[in-house]
Amino acid sequence: MDSRVWDNRAWLFVVPVMAFVLFSSLIPMMTVVNYSFQDSMGQNSFFWNGPGWFQNLLDPTTAVGARFQGALLRNFAFSFTVLAIEIPLGIAVALCIPKSGWRVGAVLVAIALPLLIPYNVVGTIWQLFSRTDIGLLGVALGRSGVPFNVTQNAGSAWAVIVLMDVWHWTSMVALLCYAGLKAIPDAYYQAARIDGANRWSVFRNIELPKLRKVLVIAMLLRFMGSFMIYTEPFTVTGGGPGEDTSFLSIDLVKMALGQVDLGNAAAYSLVYNLITLTVCWMFFTYTTHADSKDVA
Amino acid sequence: MSASAISAPLATSGTREARAARGPKGRTIGMALYMLFLFVPVYWLVNASFKTNADILSGLSLWPQHPTLENYSKIFADPDWHSAFTNSILMVVINTVISVSVALPAAYAFSRYRFVGDKPLFFWLLSNLMAPPAVYALPFFNLYSATGLFDSIWAVALAHCLFNVPLAVWILEGFISGVPREIDETAEIDGYSFPRFFVKIFLPLIANGIGVAAFFCFMFSWVEQLLATTLTTVNAKPIAGMMSRAYSAAGLDWGLLAAAGTLTMIPGAIVIWFVRNHIAKGFALGRV
Repeated sequence: MDSRVWDNRAWLFVVPVMAFVLFSSLIPMMTVVNYSFQDSMGQNSFFWNGPGWFQNLLDPTTAVGARFQGALLRNFAFSFTVLAIEIPLGIAVALCIPKSGWRVGAVLVAIALPLLIPYNVVGTIWQLFSRTDIGLLGVALGRSGVPFNVTQNAGSAWAVIVLMDVWHWTSMVALLCYAGLKAIPDAYYQAARIDGANRWSVFRNIELPKLRKVLVIAMLLRFMGSFMIYTEPFTVTGGGPGEDTSFLSIDLVKMALGQVDLGNAAAYSLVYNLITLTVCWMFFTYTTHADSKDVA
Repeated sequence: MSASAISAPLATSGTREARAARGPKGRTIGMALYMLFLFVPVYWLVNASFKTNADILSGLSLWPQHPTLENYSKIFADPDWHSAFTNSILMVVINTVISVSVALPAAYAFSRYRFVGDKPLFFWLLSNLMAPPAVYALPFFNLYSATGLFDSIWAVALAHCLFNVPLAVWILEGFISGVPREIDETAEIDGYSFPRFFVKIFLPLIANGIGVAAFFCFMFSWVEQLLATTLTTVNAKPIAGMMSRAYSAAGLDWGLLAAAGTLTMIPGAIVIWFVRNHIAKGFALGRV
């Protein structure tokens, strides 16, 4: 980090990236900001509405505010649930990956497969799998007497969506952890063997601390991924039953593209984006802080 | 976030993991169970793709009672499906080429130099990687309509740059930082001009990183559907757009949907096979 040379000509290298980001991020964002402070009478005539949309959105007694609050709480609940399952499970899976031989490559390719399936196909797989008439999971649960119905029962819908996310993304956590485990020098394990350390203390004192860096990346990526999830739950439940699985993105797309409620949707977008920015910033300062500590 | 906060949720399940990882046998069983969990739902889709709709709806069967290729032949015979597959692949390839080539110099700059505003700029890039596509769906719709790119493969290829350019910068920066800067200095002393050094010496050194970055760009562009379907209607319709057609008319065409879904898994499987030796380091974004 500190070996970098101070040279402002480096900006020239960054110009192409800046151009792309300006076009695909800043300009679109400005139109959102624009909408969020204006109201429309139709026919493209807009007038200044000040912070009206934001007041509306952040006040849970209004219809839009209640909607936003509901989706936000559901989304946080969803994100924390999948993190609580995927991170420990991902570590466990990483520890189960073979150490050597041809099986390593085969296992890595096999577990990476769910990551490369288009999101709508992931949704289709689980929609089919959980159907109570033709899906293996749905039929099996139905026959064993569990009340299970994705379209009518909120608990079932949540269970399927959480299970789907675990199925979809645990492999990413596992691959990250596997990379972290591979980077541990053999000498550490030999020293532990000499000390007579048991498996648990090897995990607790050697592996887990070395995994810290990749786990932070994994948690960030999984938090963000689950916080912006759209296509998969939408394919399986359409946000239902009722509004029970309507997360922030699903609700926002409905508002912006379905109802074309520009002012509310723009305010919604900005607040939503601000939350992700805050989390991203916390992560960024944490890692740069940790990096500088590693150097020292 | 402190280290204790990270390890707290792990502590309870730790003993189970330790037990699972005790011997080679425990590891094999653990992995076999996980594989079962991954592949049973996939099998169910593939299974359905070889059945007729009557067969699918008549009841549960663990393998096709009357195996048929009818669903696949329907897809292969239909020019709409051909163009959907071509569109999807072209979008992804264009996006990957743009993202990696634009990101390379920037990643070099972030890795080797300090300059005014480098940290805020890097954070801003990173924040785009984390921005929800749903937030951008409507403004992109307006932007690409205004620029006349709407409903072309370029609209989707450019829209996916939103997250793929920052991702490529992030990954490549990790890999480039792994190359000692003495190499840059030695090349300069040996009289290499910068462009010649970059192409002849530096790029081969980070070939793995470029491969990994390209893999990730491919992956995230191939799987993203919200922007891809919002920004296209007829001419540039991707696979997801065609698949939603199976939902509408006259009930659900499960057989066709399953066959199309099965086909979409193939490009991904091929791409992983190419990067299998670098996949672990790649998923750590070059940062281990």
